[in-house]
Amino acid sequence: MTSLPTHTEKKLGLAIDLDTCVGCQACVTACKGWNDQGYGAPLSDQDPYGAAPSGAFLNRVHSYEITPDQGAAVIVNFPRSCLHCEDAPCVPVCPTGASYKRVEDGIVLVNEDACIGCGLCAWACPYGAREMDGDVGVMKKCTLCVDRIYNEHLPEEDRVPACVRTCPTGARHFGDFADPDSTVSQLAKQRGGYDLMPDLGTRPTNKYLPPRRKDAPDMSAPLAPLLDIQATGFAGWLDKVLGKI
Amino acid sequence: MNTQPRLAPNHPIGDEVRRTTCYMCACRCGINVHMKSGEVAYIEGNRDHPINKGVLCAKGASGIMQINAPSRLRAPLKRVGPRGSGAFEEISWDEALALAVSWLKPLRETAPEKLAFFTGRDQSQSFTGWWAQAFGTPNYAAHGGFCSVNMAAGGIYTIGGAFWEFGQPDWDRTKLFILFGVAEDHDSNPIKIGLGKLKARGVRVVGVNPIRTGYNAVADDWLGITPGTDGLLILSLIHCLFQAGKIDLDYLAQYTNAPLLVVEDGPEAGMILKNAESQPFVIDRRTGAPAPWDAKGVQPDLGAVYQGNRTVFQHMAQRYLAPEYAPEAVADRCGLPAARIRALAADLARVAFDEAIEIAQAWTDFRGNEHSKMVGRPVSFHAMRGISAHSNGFQTARALHLLQIVLGSVETPGGYRLKPPYPKPVDAHPTPHFTAAAGKPLAGPHLGYVRHPDQLALKPDGSPARIDKAFTWDAPFSAHGLMHMLIPNAHAGDPYRIDTLFLYMANMAWNSSMNSGEVIKMLTDRDADGGYVIPRIIYSDAYASEMVAYADLILPDTTYMERHDCISLLDRPISEPDAAGDSIRWPVVEPDRDVRPFQSVMLDLGARLGLGPMVKEDGSAKFKDYADYIQNHIRRPGVGPLIGWRGADGSQTGRGDANPNQLDRYIENGGFFQAHVPAEGAFYKPWNMAYQEWAVQTSLFESPQPYLFSIYSEPMRRFQAAASGIGPHQPPDHLRATLKRAMDPLPIWYSPYAENDFTIHALTQRPMDMYHSWGSQNAWLRQIRGRNFLYIPTKIWQQHGFKDGDYARVTSPTGQITVPAAHMAALNENTVWTWNAIGKRKGAWALDDDAPESTTGFLLNHLISELQPDQGDGIRRSNSDPVTGQAAWFDLRVKIENAGPQVAASPAFAPISRAVPRGKTRKAPK
Amino acid sequence: MHPAPSVIVFTVLSGMGFGLLAFLGAGLPAPSGWAAFFHWGLGYSLAVGGLLASTFHLGNPQRFLRAFTQWRSSWLSREAIASVACLLALAPVALSNWLGFGWPRALGLIGAVLALATIFCTAMIYAQLKTIPRWNHWTTPALFVAFAGAGGAILAGQSGAGAVMSALLLALLLAAFRIGDGAFAARAQTLGTATGLGTIGPVQGTVRVFEQPHTSPNYLMREMIYLVARKHVQKLRSVTLIGAGIAPALLLPLTPPSLLGFAVIALVHLTGAFAARWLFFAQAEHVVGLYYGQR
Repeated sequence: MTSLPTHTEKKLGLAIDLDTCVGCQACVTACKGWNDQGYGAPLSDQDPYGAAPSGAFLNRVHSYEITPDQGAAVIVNFPRSCLHCEDAPCVPVCPTGASYKRVEDGIVLVNEDACIGCGLCAWACPYGAREMDGDVGVMKKCTLCVDRIYNEHLPEEDRVPACVRTCPTGARHFGDFADPDSTVSQLAKQRGGYDLMPDLGTRPTNKYLPPRRKDAPDMSAPLAPLLDIQATGFAGWLDKVLGKI
Repeated sequence: MNTQPRLAPNHPIGDEVRRTTCYMCACRCGINVHMKSGEVAYIEGNRDHPINKGVLCAKGASGIMQINAPSRLRAPLKRVGPRGSGAFEEISWDEALALAVSWLKPLRETAPEKLAFFTGRDQSQSFTGWWAQAFGTPNYAAHGGFCSVNMAAGGIYTIGGAFWEFGQPDWDRTKLFILFGVAEDHDSNPIKIGLGKLKARGVRVVGVNPIRTGYNAVADDWLGITPGTDGLLILSLIHCLFQAGKIDLDYLAQYTNAPLLVVEDGPEAGMILKNAESQPFVIDRRTGAPAPWDAKGVQPDLGAVYQGNRTVFQHMAQRYLAPEYAPEAVADRCGLPAARIRALAADLARVAFDEAIEIAQAWTDFRGNEHSKMVGRPVSFHAMRGISAHSNGFQTARALHLLQIVLGSVETPGGYRLKPPYPKPVDAHPTPHFTAAAGKPLAGPHLGYVRHPDQLALKPDGSPARIDKAFTWDAPFSAHGLMHMLIPNAHAGDPYRIDTLFLYMANMAWNSSMNSGEVIKMLTDRDADGGYVIPRIIYSDAYASEMVAYADLILPDTTYMERHDCISLLDRPISEPDAAGDSIRWPVVEPDRDVRPFQSVMLDLGARLGLGPMVKEDGSAKFKDYADYIQNHIRRPGVGPLIGWRGADGSQTGRGDANPNQLDRYIENGGFFQAHVPAEGAFYKPWNMAYQEWAVQTSLFESPQPYLFSIYSEPMRRFQAAASGIGPHQPPDHLRATLKRAMDPLPIWYSPYAENDFTIHALTQRPMDMYHSWGSQNAWLRQIRGRNFLYIPTKIWQQHGFKDGDYARVTSPTGQITVPAAHMAALNENTVWTWNAIGKRKGAWALDDDAPESTTGFLLNHLISELQPDQGDGIRRSNSDPVTGQAAWFDLRVKIENAGPQVAASPAFAPISRAVPRGKTRKAPK
Repeated sequence: MHPAPSVIVFTVLSGMGFGLLAFLGAGLPAPSGWAAFFHWGLGYSLAVGGLLASTFHLGNPQRFLRAFTQWRSSWLSREAIASVACLLALAPVALSNWLGFGWPRALGLIGAVLALATIFCTAMIYAQLKTIPRWNHWTTPALFVAFAGAGGAILAGQSGAGAVMSALLLALLLAAFRIGDGAFAARAQTLGTATGLGTIGPVQGTVRVFEQPHTSPNYLMREMIYLVARKHVQKLRSVTLIGAGIAPALLLPLTPPSLLGFAVIALVHLTGAFAARWLFFAQAEHVVGLYYGQR
């Protein structure tokens, strides 16, 4: 149903660590691979070997450059996927009820059997989280791997989204933001996790952990020479240094 | 009103999981391949696997598009038109093998060296080398010469191990990590897992790299160094540490050759002083008298002078305390402020010495001294091609190991840890074998570590024995061969003509060659009689790469999920610091084409040629296929390709008879085996008797091999002395000056660049989501990265008035390209760069002709020559490190102009005919 | 936003059609016989044709019935319901006009209100989107209604109303252009704020795109990032203002009422309306473009 639930029991989502993401794109293709055979229609590719190959992906990794007023420029890799907003603007616009937010865990999903492929939900999303499948004409989006996280056919430790399981640097964390003691809540608290475009009032569940301070080496305590080699000569240095053994 | 669809997301992924090994790059991660109705449905990392521990990179997770790629070759092909025209006919395997035999048999019987057999991204080098040895040609190597031999050889000659497969930082304990010049995937998942551990602990990461992408993007500190000056920075750090006395004297005295004495004068000048028994010795601090270097209780005196001969340590101090290495003296050249260099030195010293760690683990060293604990210097380093692919890379790699050594951080907790079969002293490695004889195998392995000029691969007349001129005065320590010189030398008939060029998985007609356009001409060039200058070319690959068009006979390989493979302790295993490990691949799907696994084909070919180890006494084939070889080949008594489940009943590890069920046991275990190092042997491995004994037991050595780290390299001094006219083996005069400089036995830095007005450095990096040539046609990955740009730093961008959409005209002393430009600020101000091997030739890889890879995509290879310009003496030297022959890709310097908006990159090559049809859309199985 | 022909045709034609139906429902004019057949027929054709055109951009039009279910939250669902209700409500009126049943006109007035409601719902589909600042403004429904009013009046042969509505449309267009051009900037969203980079945490500075997440275009880029040249915009705005506003406002009072005259003015108006609607989409910038460094 397109009305948003007033409250969800859990707030499942991701904490994405921008200080750790190296931009390797592993989460992008792990997501593509899982969702090529998982929930809903496979993610199709159009013109895969041609001039403009274009397929549906549910997760994209950008690379940005920040140039501070002083000091060296910084590259920050920035994964972008559905934030499973509490006030998800993609849900109420849906004319068919295909787009909905789950009461039990807050996951925003598309019921593909009901989707007419009008694309309005993708227009309503500020984050570019939805991509229309070019083959079957239904809207695809991150499901938070709803077919993994409750899947009793998977070992307990694998009941996490495919992107989290594959992330080689461990930059993606999955959990319940409604539980203040969960890893993701704690990480968001300790590292200053923030929302994307908070002024749009979407109240995203996913949090981004900002890059840590860069290029601030301690230059205040350089090594002190043992002695003035110019004055004492090499022999003096040798005596001094070996006297310490 | 909230009625949600009732979801039952609780289905099994597939009907079966097959656990094998990835081959989307050289990392060799474990993968779980989920099968649905006999088809591959989903690939994920294997959590139990030591390399990737469950994670998987972008390439590995796209494997499904690789095994279904339309660019897969479909059947053996025989050239029917002119070479390069791409006109082939499909033939049967019997015809193909008969043709190969008809070419190779006469060579074997008359002049085996006329076969040059080189492999590219081969992961079966102990097998391919064994095959070439049986054939009897000296002309065999893999791609290491144009990859990272400087790193490998620099490490082996110094610490008996190196980076990547040889060792890794102690990710769990290190407190400061410095990364030098690492291409984004060397290596892939293990570094990322390691960085993730450091980030989780809040450990500081320092990146030294002209380009701030990938791993350097997450570095807390970035030193955007000028390419080729890493060695200078490292020696300056050593200078600061020496000046402050922040060096691990005990470590230097006990575990390195710092206390050995260097002969001061006479014909042996510069050699390590030996006693009457030809053994090096030290001066014992307790007695002031000479004592054996390896005797119990000896306290070697680093400051000793014996009969006028000083210790290595004194030579070190004298060199590195010199003002030329002061930060202020190197700052401009390195492109870094002196204060940053001093700050880094202070950090290194503080963490290594003030934040030292201890593990309460007793151990016994090779001298018999007992230690109650393991002391660690928690500073670690990793480095790769960025420092390696320069003509001063060997010395730079040695300098980096020296820095690790003076900090006492190699093989100690928190520092750098070697992985079995390393540590392994240089003396435990073979020397090169190269003497070809009609109808006979080679006496030993081709590749090795030269210690003395008389071990060079020279014929009695002094001419090179190998087609690539490896192990000659041009590149004495070329432990991996010089694959980049193979085709130019074969074309020039220098040192001699060959008949058949046999390549495996090496895209030499495109991105794996310097100067690709010239190489293409060499491959198609004809002599006065109208025949090809390189008469025959056999190529084996799984995919329709650019190289396919230039072969006379194509032997189509399978994909990595359709064959057996063996990742062996005999060549490049998957060990961890705490365990020796090896692994296999096995056919999880059957090929749907008329293709065969390359190694099985080589065994068949070997049997048809009657090569000794491949035939039974009755002349029939000894091995049914590669799987049979993996289980039943015996390299040394009790030692085969795999160490796990040996012996008829599978009860033995390391040593034992062949086990007919060995592969099944590997498959049951997820495709790999590990033999764990005992806790007592976990650190100080080169000197730790518990480790040494375990290594012998596990078949890594035949006897314990403790050794001292070679800060001062006696083999190098032998070559330096020869260059000065000492000894019976003398280099050609034009190499004397180069060798005298490059073969300095103590790490030095020299400029890798000729003095000219090409002042902008040009580099390539390999993206983490694309591997060499064989990833670029992957339908998922090419959506992410199907175009490349020349990244230009702000200063040059503004100076030339570049705007988005402009192209840059890039000129080197030997070539010119015009390519799409893009701006990047987080870049050394005198450096431009691009992603490696994105550019493709039209007609290759089953891509459409208007694919961006072949319109705007480009290579820097066209700017790089395998020969340097004449420096005024009429000689064009190889564009390689003079010590190892490592291809000096990153010595490239260029000029840049703004070419304004263009529609396509140039040079544009004519399309090659298609060896496979254009690719079509794949439907996912449902 | 990508100016998809199906959506442009849909909104322009159905807007004009429902505009005409509103006038006919209100009895302005109240034709009879075959004149009624052609008037109502034109109104229904435009409205229904436009609705049909809109289905061309659907991925699964066969599921269209589901679009009537979410009237509580979805403007698109409301539009579907309002349009069908309008068409149903006016059907007896049209029949009565054509066949001379002489049924009461009350249903016609209800239908006219429903026609206006349909147009309003259509407009609100766009106006509700906070992600597209140019649309997210009262001028969007005002413009849609004014277009329907002006277009409907011309087709209904209401010179006076047409001239007034055209003049109003002209004013609204000028206002919408002016307000719309500053709308994105007024939200103060940049790449830096959209990513949080450069404004949050210890690493701050100017943010720019280093590399795109994919070098070939995807759905988002095709659908939501559309670059239109400034020169082009000026030309099309002139066409819009003259065709949709100035020309009808001036010509309607001067032209004697004739089929040909109204047809010519209707075509001129339609040209302006198509140009306006093309610009409406092409110039609309979606905030997702920030992530790509393109709008």
